[in-house]
Amino acid sequence: MLPPLKLSGLEPLVVTAESNFINIGERTNVTGSRAFLRMIQENRFEDALSVALEQVQGGAQVIDVNMDEGMIDGKEAMVKFLNLMASEPDISRIPVMIDSSKWEIIEAGLQCIQGKGIVNSISLKEGEENFIAQAKKIKRYGAAVIVMAFDEKGQADSYERRIEICERSYRVLVDKVKFPAQDIIFDPNIFPVATGMEEHNNNALDFFRAAKWIRENLPGAHVSGGVSNVSFSFRGNNKVREAMHSVFLYHGIKHGMDMGIVNPSMLEIYDDIPKDLLEHVEDVMLNRRPDATERLLEFAETVKGDATKKEIDLSWRDVPVQKRLSHALVKGIVEFIEDDVEECRKLYARPIEVIEGPLMDGMNIVGDLFGSGKMFLPQVVKSARVMKKAVAVLLPYIEEEKSGAGSSAGKVLMATVKGDVHDIGKNIVGVVLGCNNYEVVDMGVMVPTEKIIEAAIREKVDVIGLSGLITPSLDEMVHVAKEMERAGLQIPLMIGGATTSRVHTAVKIEQNYTKGQTVHVLDASRAVTVVESLLGHKKTDFVADLKAEYQKLREHHEKHRSQKQLLSLEKARENKLKIGWKPEDLAQPKRPGKHILKDYPLENLLPYIDWTPFFQTWELHGRYPNILEDSVVGSEAKKLFADAQEMLEKIVAEKWLQANAVFGIFPANTVNEDDIEIYSDESRSQVLHIQRSLRQQSQKAANIPNIALADFIAPKETLLTDHIGAFVVTTGIGLDEKVAEFEKDHDDYSSILLKALSDRLAEAFAEHLHELVRKDYWGYASDETFSNEDLIREKYRGIRPAPGYPACPDHTEKTGLFGLLNATELSGVSLTESLAMLPTASVSGWYFAHPQAKYFGLGKINEEQVKSVAERKGKTFEEMERWLGSVIL
Amino acid sequence: MNKIEEILQKRILVLDGAMGTMIQRYGLTEDDFRKGWFENHPHKLKGDNDILVLTRPDIIKEIHAQYLEAGADIIETNTFGATTVAQADYGLESAVYDINFHGAKIAREVCDEFTAKNPDKPRFVAGSIGPTTKLASMSPDVNDAGLRSITFNELVVAFKQQAEGLIDGGSDILLVETITDTLNAKACLFAIDEIFEERGIRLPIMVSGTITDQSGRTLTGQTTEAFLVSVSHIPLLSIGLNCALGASMMRPYLQILDREAPFGVSAHPNAGLPNEFGQYDETPEMMGEQIKAFLDEGLINIIGGCCGTTPEHIKVIADLAKQYEPRKIKNGELKMEK
Repeated sequence: MLPPLKLSGLEPLVVTAESNFINIGERTNVTGSRAFLRMIQENRFEDALSVALEQVQGGAQVIDVNMDEGMIDGKEAMVKFLNLMASEPDISRIPVMIDSSKWEIIEAGLQCIQGKGIVNSISLKEGEENFIAQAKKIKRYGAAVIVMAFDEKGQADSYERRIEICERSYRVLVDKVKFPAQDIIFDPNIFPVATGMEEHNNNALDFFRAAKWIRENLPGAHVSGGVSNVSFSFRGNNKVREAMHSVFLYHGIKHGMDMGIVNPSMLEIYDDIPKDLLEHVEDVMLNRRPDATERLLEFAETVKGDATKKEIDLSWRDVPVQKRLSHALVKGIVEFIEDDVEECRKLYARPIEVIEGPLMDGMNIVGDLFGSGKMFLPQVVKSARVMKKAVAVLLPYIEEEKSGAGSSAGKVLMATVKGDVHDIGKNIVGVVLGCNNYEVVDMGVMVPTEKIIEAAIREKVDVIGLSGLITPSLDEMVHVAKEMERAGLQIPLMIGGATTSRVHTAVKIEQNYTKGQTVHVLDASRAVTVVESLLGHKKTDFVADLKAEYQKLREHHEKHRSQKQLLSLEKARENKLKIGWKPEDLAQPKRPGKHILKDYPLENLLPYIDWTPFFQTWELHGRYPNILEDSVVGSEAKKLFADAQEMLEKIVAEKWLQANAVFGIFPANTVNEDDIEIYSDESRSQVLHIQRSLRQQSQKAANIPNIALADFIAPKETLLTDHIGAFVVTTGIGLDEKVAEFEKDHDDYSSILLKALSDRLAEAFAEHLHELVRKDYWGYASDETFSNEDLIREKYRGIRPAPGYPACPDHTEKTGLFGLLNATELSGVSLTESLAMLPTASVSGWYFAHPQAKYFGLGKINEEQVKSVAERKGKTFEEMERWLGSVIL
Repeated sequence: MNKIEEILQKRILVLDGAMGTMIQRYGLTEDDFRKGWFENHPHKLKGDNDILVLTRPDIIKEIHAQYLEAGADIIETNTFGATTVAQADYGLESAVYDINFHGAKIAREVCDEFTAKNPDKPRFVAGSIGPTTKLASMSPDVNDAGLRSITFNELVVAFKQQAEGLIDGGSDILLVETITDTLNAKACLFAIDEIFEERGIRLPIMVSGTITDQSGRTLTGQTTEAFLVSVSHIPLLSIGLNCALGASMMRPYLQILDREAPFGVSAHPNAGLPNEFGQYDETPEMMGEQIKAFLDEGLINIIGGCCGTTPEHIKVIADLAKQYEPRKIKNGELKMEK
């Protein structure tokens, strides 16, 4: 008889056969809770501790802590939070589960807990050696461990694979590491059922059988898992989901599952599940009949009926028309808006009064709710759609009356600057301002400075807003500011967009425009506050504060800059990444040369979509799929996701967009340390293009190289036959026409949705094409099997850095890349003068295939390197200085 | 075979008593703490008892011999505070290896003499490792609960150096004692386990925690059982309690260890609680009464004394222990991985 699993915080937790089920608190997890993430990001650790305390008081027997989020320093956050928890006896009473996919975070966490906790998780994913090393360490730190059913070949998705991997993991742990068997907890992967895909029908059953097998064949080991995953395909129908969770647990526990991450608020009592629902759910869960999924889906509709009946509850139609308008606005319902506006118009003396009265009242509620964080961006955009439609009904009457427009709160000019074509963010800000009674003059994209200034004067605008996404736009914004100064304008200037920042605005833009105030706006939700402050009676204070803040930022930046030491280019080159070149590491392409995929089937791209950035576009923060269950934004994220799915279906079925790709694999060698020569054929005599790469110049710790992309390609003097790949993909052909249709229909929501989706499809295409290249065209990884999650986390061999991004911030490299592939003609993607790609839903980049190739950030470089690269490219120093402005120290 | 694991199954082993109490009896001066080693050291050194193994090994050996004479099977090296962390108070970080090495070496010499005289009662050297002067899981600042004065990794480095000196000097056992913060103890066990792996050896390890008061918890808040669970990942010769409490007050917590521990159980209580002058008043006979109660209950495998105990106390305890069977190690057996 093996001893039981024993854990401890300040008090012991002994897991025996009698302890039934250990439930693990899951809310102190930044990937699962947007609210918790925000607390950590905003350094509100006191609040974060109270979340932990609620978990313990709510009955959690173990507390899971996860700080895996790109926006925070996970290791630091883990250490800080665990240390703080240690000082709260009511929390540290129970054992801690240190949850991370990063070993360094796990290890940092283990060094903070005096009790015996659980590591979540390790697996054979990266091979046995790594697995053994980590297990040994965990044993030495004195913790139990969750082992995922995952190995070198991928995640276990059948009964056979589950037991195969669990048994192998168990044997390695018990025989080789001498890990106490009772301290091993398997997570044999809970996957969704009733997805409509036949191969998923056995998902729950396979888990149960695997759980039983583990408990019977691997003495001592425990079984755990994240339960909510199983009901994934019924998101939106909580009644069914809750029933599914209870049924899953009921059978899971019977089969030996003895721990799990469960959200107690999403759990029905097994005995309380109506008999008919129970039967349908169990049919699915236990795969009892071939039509189980269809029957449950059908049945779910009737269960959902109760819930949705409330949603299409039309009682609001009985209230006076003014109230109906405001209800429609707040709820974003377009169905009745035209009739209601028409009805309302007759009640007022002048049509403008409908806008100034009930419509503005409704929009004010929307604005307030959004401002206080009770409504989210997708809802606001839907409200705006209702407003626009309402105004469109009234406009002919207003013009007939020639009364002119009503009194708006102010007029804002919005423009994406010259050379840039990205406008999702700008459009969102426009919508939000519109919702708050500002009149928006939208100049569109690629707007030259003269046009901006001319329109600002003509339209007598109160604020100018500039937007841009690519780095050259930063420079263009500086130019606009200087020209505004020269034109003697005093209009406040707002700066926004992905590459812009408070620091850049302070250091490079603000002081060039002295007569008016420049202000950086972080995201759409801040736009209203900023405009209000700029136009309201507190303007003087606001401007004075801004000026002081920006001055401080400039001083700080200058101090920081003067402290920062860069290596000379020569020193940096001496410390380059020195790869031990071996012929077997240089994969020879199976299908060298150039290839074109025209009108590629969009449905092939759907599985490759990375949804997390899609939600970010809508200012809903959190990782997909957890975001759908988030306690704060979950329900809005779900609605948005449903709308996105619906539109995606149409995009594919009705071929709204065309996907094209042109790519190639070419002979290449590195010359003169930093340059990659690309040849026309294997004779390597004719140079097609030379890619000039930039090298990191920051001071590195011992044994850390100063990398340039050229380091990943074998130098010419090695006489080895190396290769480089290049690609341009787009999914944006046809986008403009469709967007124009939506805009004509005053439907900003669909327009923004479509743009965001086409961006995602382009990224998915890049991911998918990279896989095709690895497996087939280049063919060095023909047997790799990765899940989409792995692809998103870049687990594969090889990289695809894109010009304009951290590894190669030099946009001018795109010109050569496009020339090499004749991309404009073959794919339909062109480059603007700032080298933005048009259509926007496009991705271009290089492929590097060496096993040691990895992503890196260039960091800051000095003028010496700018000079060198300018010379090598045959450009003037001033021109390269302009292109590289954002990376020069 | 004189393997301690085997002897432990057969009889109750006796650990020695206090070292500080005995050193006080000699009335040493500053010169005694410097002699031959630290003549020109800039810091005052009186009070740094550990360095006496270098400067007055004669005295330390004499004390060891008195305890062995009284009947102790195991004597503790005089190295309780010999880590860089604790010696930093005296500016003697650089002497740490020497203290541990020589501390073990002189104890080894005295033990070997006694074993040679009576091979039926082999004597063992336990390398004593104290908790250092810093806590890894408590903040030194009440206003900043997240702050720590030392990290786990820093402790691993310090403990590793101490344990290496103790092993090199000839210790039979490593004794991690007076544990107030379990995280410190885990760092120590981590360091020891690393050494074992690197050298391909295994020594018996004794772990002894300190329950601070009648709340039954360690200074950092763990219950006795939670403490046991937290250090059970390394195979131990024994787990036990020492310091802070007198024998009778320790009893309820020893009962928990007796019930739950898959290892031997040890106790080395103080001679009662200190009086208003900081002295311990319990006579050998008073302490013997209380310890008899442990033995009657069969709670104990290793017994000795902590603060305030003397060779006279140990003699009474050793005479008592002889009359009793050791506690049966129930939940497992002592396994030494080779």
